Amino acid sequence: MAVAQAERGVANEALLRRARIRNYMARAWPLYAMMALPVIQLALFHYYPMYGVVMAFQDFNPGLGFGGSPWVGLKHFKFIFSNPDFKNVLANSFIIAVSKIATLQIMAVSLALLLNEMRSMIFKRTVQTVIYLPHFLSWIVLGGILLDLLATSGMINRAIEFLGFDPILFLGSNSWFRPMLVLTNLWKEAGWATIIYLAALTGIDPVLHEAAAIDGANRWQRIRHVNIPGILSMIILIACLNLGNVLQAGFEQVLTLYNPAVYETGDILDTYVYRAGLISARYSMGAAVGLFQSAMGFFLIVFAYRLATRYAGYRIF
Amino acid sequence: MIREKSVVSRLFDIGNYLFLFLFGVACLFPMVHVIAVSLSNRAASMGGFVTLWPIGTTVQNYIEILEAGPVYRAFLVSVTRTVLGTSINMALTVLAAYPLSKTSEELKGRTVLMWIVLIAMLFNGGLIPWWMVIRNLGLLNSLWALVLPGALPIWNVILLMNFFREIPKELEEAAIIDGASYWGTLYYVYLPLSAPALATLTLFAAVFHWNAWFDGMILIMDNAKYPIMTFLRTVVVDLNLQILTVNMDDIYNLSDRSIRAANIVVATVPILIVYPFLQRYFIHGIRLGAVKG
Repeated sequence: MAVAQAERGVANEALLRRARIRNYMARAWPLYAMMALPVIQLALFHYYPMYGVVMAFQDFNPGLGFGGSPWVGLKHFKFIFSNPDFKNVLANSFIIAVSKIATLQIMAVSLALLLNEMRSMIFKRTVQTVIYLPHFLSWIVLGGILLDLLATSGMINRAIEFLGFDPILFLGSNSWFRPMLVLTNLWKEAGWATIIYLAALTGIDPVLHEAAAIDGANRWQRIRHVNIPGILSMIILIACLNLGNVLQAGFEQVLTLYNPAVYETGDILDTYVYRAGLISARYSMGAAVGLFQSAMGFFLIVFAYRLATRYAGYRIF
Repeated sequence: MIREKSVVSRLFDIGNYLFLFLFGVACLFPMVHVIAVSLSNRAASMGGFVTLWPIGTTVQNYIEILEAGPVYRAFLVSVTRTVLGTSINMALTVLAAYPLSKTSEELKGRTVLMWIVLIAMLFNGGLIPWWMVIRNLGLLNSLWALVLPGALPIWNVILLMNFFREIPKELEEAAIIDGASYWGTLYYVYLPLSAPALATLTLFAAVFHWNAWFDGMILIMDNAKYPIMTFLRTVVVDLNLQILTVNMDDIYNLSDRSIRAANIVVATVPILIVYPFLQRYFIHGIRLGAVKG
C-alpha cells in the first residue's frame, strides 16, 4: 500500500516535471529559436576552424582533409621553434606591438589633456572632428597615400633634398621601418584614442577645480592634481587591457607598408603565417605558427582581463 | 571655467592651440593632398608640384578610371557587400544578444550558451584553418565568403546584450501580461528602445565592411569580383596597372600618381559621406562600449 502510494507519487512527480518543462518551452522556445542561427554561424566559422587546428599536427594535404591527413605529432612545432626566422618574427611582433601601445597611450592621454584645456568650443570641436577621421580610413587608403608621400621621389624626400640632405628610404630601410610604423599608427589612431579620456575628463566634478583654484593652484597644478588623478583609473584600465595585445603588431598596417627589404625588422607573426601558410602553401607549418599565436593571445587576454578586473573593477558584462 | 590671466598661462594657451592646430593639419593633410593630386594634370603631379591645391585642374583622371570599368565594378561589389554584410551582422547580433540578455531562469542553459560565445571570441583557429574551412564549405570566390565568416560580431553582441539588460524589466513584464511572446517583446519593446545603440552598431559594421580588404585578397580569386579596397590594394600597393585599364596607351596619357589618387578618392568618398553621421554616435558608442563599472 505504502509502496504503491510512493510509486504513484514518483509517477505524479514525473508528470508534473514534464508539464513544467512543457510550460517552460511553450513560453521560452523563441529564445532558443533565436539562438539557432548565431550558434550555427559560430559552429561553422569559429568552432570548425578550431577543430581545423589539428592540421598543425599533421602533414596536411587539402585533398585528404582534416580527417585524412597523416599525423606527424610535433614535427612542425619542432621546426618552427628551431627556426631563426620564427624567433625574429616573434621578437618583431612584440617590439612593434609594445612600441605602438606605449606611444599611443601616452599620446592619447596628452592630447586629451590638451584638448580639455581649450576654451574655444568651436575650435575644440573642429580639432576633434579632424583628428578622429583617420581612424575610419582603411590602411589601404592611408597606405596608398603614405607609399606615395614617403617614396624616394615622394613629397617628403623632395623637401629633405631641398634642404640639402640625401633622400631617406623610409619604408625600405631596417632602421626606419619600425619608427614609421609607430608614427603612422599614432597619426591614424591617436585622435580616436582620446575619446575615452575626454569622456573621463568631462566626468570630473567642476567643484574640484574651483576648490583647487581657491587654494591657489595654478593651471599646471590643477592638471597635475585634479585632471590626471581624475582619469588615472581609466589610464590603468586601458593599460591593463592593452597587455592582451602585446603580440598584435597590426597585421593590416604591416602588410600594406612592408616589403622584402625590411623583413628583418618588420616581418610579424601574422605576415609570416600569411606568406608561409597561404602564399607558399606550407599549410601545416602556417597553422602551427597560427596556433602558437592564438594560444599566446588567449592567455594574454585572459590575464589582461583578470588584471583589469582586479585593479580597475572592469567587467565586460 | 576658471579664467587665468598670468603670462605663463597665456603662453601655454598659444602653444596649445598651435600644437593642436598642427596635429589637426597633419591628420587632414594626406587626404587633401590626395584629392589635389587626383584633380591635377599629368605634368604637375609627376613633377611633384602639387601640394594642397590642384594644378592644371582636370577631371580627366576620374573620367578615365570610370570609363575603364574596374573601379566602377569593384565599387558595386563593395556596395552589395556592405548592405548584405551589415544586414546579416545586425540580424544575428540582435538574435544572439536578446536571449543572452535574459537570466538563467528565463533561458535555461544560458551559461553554456554564453561560454560558447565567449570562447569563440577569445580563441580562434588561426588564419590557415579558417581559410581551409571556407574553402571546404565551397565559399571561395563568392560574395558569401566576405559576409558569412564574420556574420556574428561577438563584441557587438556583448555590447548590445549589456544595453538590453539596462532596459527596465517592468516594460517587458507589461508586454507579457498583454499577451506578447518573446518575439513580440523583442520587436515592440527592445528594438525601439535601443534604436540609438542599433544605429551606432550598424554604422560601425558598415564602415568595417566597406574598409575590409584582406579577406577579399585571400578569398576572392577573380579580380572582377574584388571589393573596392582589395581592388585599390592592387592599384596602390601592387602598382598593378594592367587591371586598371585595358588600353595601355591611356596609361601614358595620365600619370600613375593622378590615377592612383583618383582611385583612392573614389574608394574613400562613401566613408567621408557617412562620417558626419558616425560622429553623432561616437560618444554614444563609447558609453555603450568600454566604460562600464
